[in-house]
Amino acid sequence: MNQTPPNLLKKILITTVVALMFFLVTVLLGISIGSSGKTLFSVFEWLAGKGDADPMLHTIIWQIRLPRVLLAAMVGASLSMGGLVFQALLRNPLAEPYILGISGGAAIGAIIGILLGLARFPGVTLFAFVGSCATLALLLMMTSGSTILRKDSLLLSGVMVNAFCSALIMFLVSITQDARLHNIIFWLMGDLGMVGMGQTGILAGILLPCFIVFFLLSNTLNLMVMGKESALAMGINVQVMNIILLVSTSIMISASVSYSGLIGFVGLVMPHLLRLVLGSDHRVLVPACIFGGGGYMVLCDLLARALPRQGEMPAGVVTALIGASLFIYLLKRAK
Amino acid sequence: MQAAIEARHLEYTYGRELVLNDISFAVSKGDFFIIIGPNGSGKTTLLKLLSGIFKSLAGSLAIDGQPLQSYSRKMLARTIAYVPQMIQTDFPFTVREVVLMGRSPHLGVLGLEGVKDRDLAEEAMGFTEVAHLAKRKLNELSGGECQRVYIARAICQQTGIILLDEPTASLDLAHQVRIMDLMEKLQKERKITVVMVSHDVNLAAMYGSRVLLLKEGRLLNLGLPQEVMTFESLEDAYGCRLLVDASPIGSFPRITLVPERYMKPESTV
Repeated sequence: MNQTPPNLLKKILITTVVALMFFLVTVLLGISIGSSGKTLFSVFEWLAGKGDADPMLHTIIWQIRLPRVLLAAMVGASLSMGGLVFQALLRNPLAEPYILGISGGAAIGAIIGILLGLARFPGVTLFAFVGSCATLALLLMMTSGSTILRKDSLLLSGVMVNAFCSALIMFLVSITQDARLHNIIFWLMGDLGMVGMGQTGILAGILLPCFIVFFLLSNTLNLMVMGKESALAMGINVQVMNIILLVSTSIMISASVSYSGLIGFVGLVMPHLLRLVLGSDHRVLVPACIFGGGGYMVLCDLLARALPRQGEMPAGVVTALIGASLFIYLLKRAK
Repeated sequence: MQAAIEARHLEYTYGRELVLNDISFAVSKGDFFIIIGPNGSGKTTLLKLLSGIFKSLAGSLAIDGQPLQSYSRKMLARTIAYVPQMIQTDFPFTVREVVLMGRSPHLGVLGLEGVKDRDLAEEAMGFTEVAHLAKRKLNELSGGECQRVYIARAICQQTGIILLDEPTASLDLAHQVRIMDLMEKLQKERKITVVMVSHDVNLAAMYGSRVLLLKEGRLLNLGLPQEVMTFESLEDAYGCRLLVDASPIGSFPRITLVPERYMKPESTV
């Protein structure tokens, strides 16, 4: 043999390190830029431990910028992973938690939780989980059997589930008239600026086990992408794996949605970009998607904060602008 | 000698329809066993029962002398390889990645392959003549090339039995004979038991060491090609006029379709 086949373990490690470095750079940018005018240089000083000069900076970074950046990162990572897993399980490269209506279902649950006056965790998150599971069940029922392989029917079902969710959300918003209304609307649009460090810790605690599950099942995802029968014949217990993967994805998406609101199309961008560069092996894609998706979301949030001259816009606006364009392009190319 | 596969009174229904009814047969080790029958006779369903993808609703099935229920999914995947008809996927794995997937029943949860596994994959790709395609994406290949990749994956699985679901369907003549020769080589050189579903009676007659003929979910005939493929049983199964004679190139039957215009001498054509 004149060429040695590439070593997989090495490829996983290299891509993970590169994705991690990209991620760290975006985090650094994220905590360096903001409305207070504190710049990259002063943040470096702060990082180097020369923080004695400016206690203001310490407060700004620790209480405002860092929680926001970490939340963006976790939401980006989980939505990207959600896209990756749904695309593999439904064997449809256009599947994504927002497009399929899963995020919408979680949002309905979360709004009900907010209206009932529950705490973000565990109350709202739990309601969001129930909501996402309900829409997932609805979607799977609509596309069960042989039709699930047909792209159009799955996407169409997703659009319908999404439309139904939007209507319910509008209904819930319209019957709310007190001060909670503004909060709900801003949260719905995908606002990342409302959490502290404690809450990001809770979210991390929910997401981390899900990420570990996905990495452990990444080779199973490879086999399942080749079709149910093929996976069965390779020794995979497809039914059990389906349930584990769908439930973990629902937990992950609903936790993210209950903290960040509806941020769409994130699950489309990173998986596609990474597949283009790295190929289809999920053992490489899962870690790359976690860090890459996190970094992508931090950048989107940065744009949302930096672009408007006054105030800021929700990060969901930026992700939708980028992601929806990509979706249209992919849909056109598929035909 | 112990049979590779021993099926007794297998039965399967889709909804209310009885697709397979009381099927009993044995496949000896090293057989080239071909299942034939008209569309809807239950060929593919039978193959899926043998592979453990479907579960028989009655009767019993033993693989290498052990009942099927005693196998875990992973153990079964180390004993039987299944080559599906066509894998449609929008996820472009490379040929090497697909062939390496065949190692996963032998590996841990992440399926991280070692040097030995990679050598096995290269060897399997060489055997089915797809080594030059190793870096190509699966969705760029022709139907015949895809089949050879799946067969390489099955070889990589290192099982004693390989099941194939109409591997020659939609292939042109050159690719058909290439796939069949390849399977014969596997059976003869590596003593692998091959079980194949085929819609092509002539290929079945040419290559099969034993042939099973199905009709409407029932076993119509079972045995050597020349025993099973008589014009009576073939006409009964397929419901059309056939001419069966000896092949000019070997000791197996040759089946010729008879068009309607040749049936009645007084016909006007």
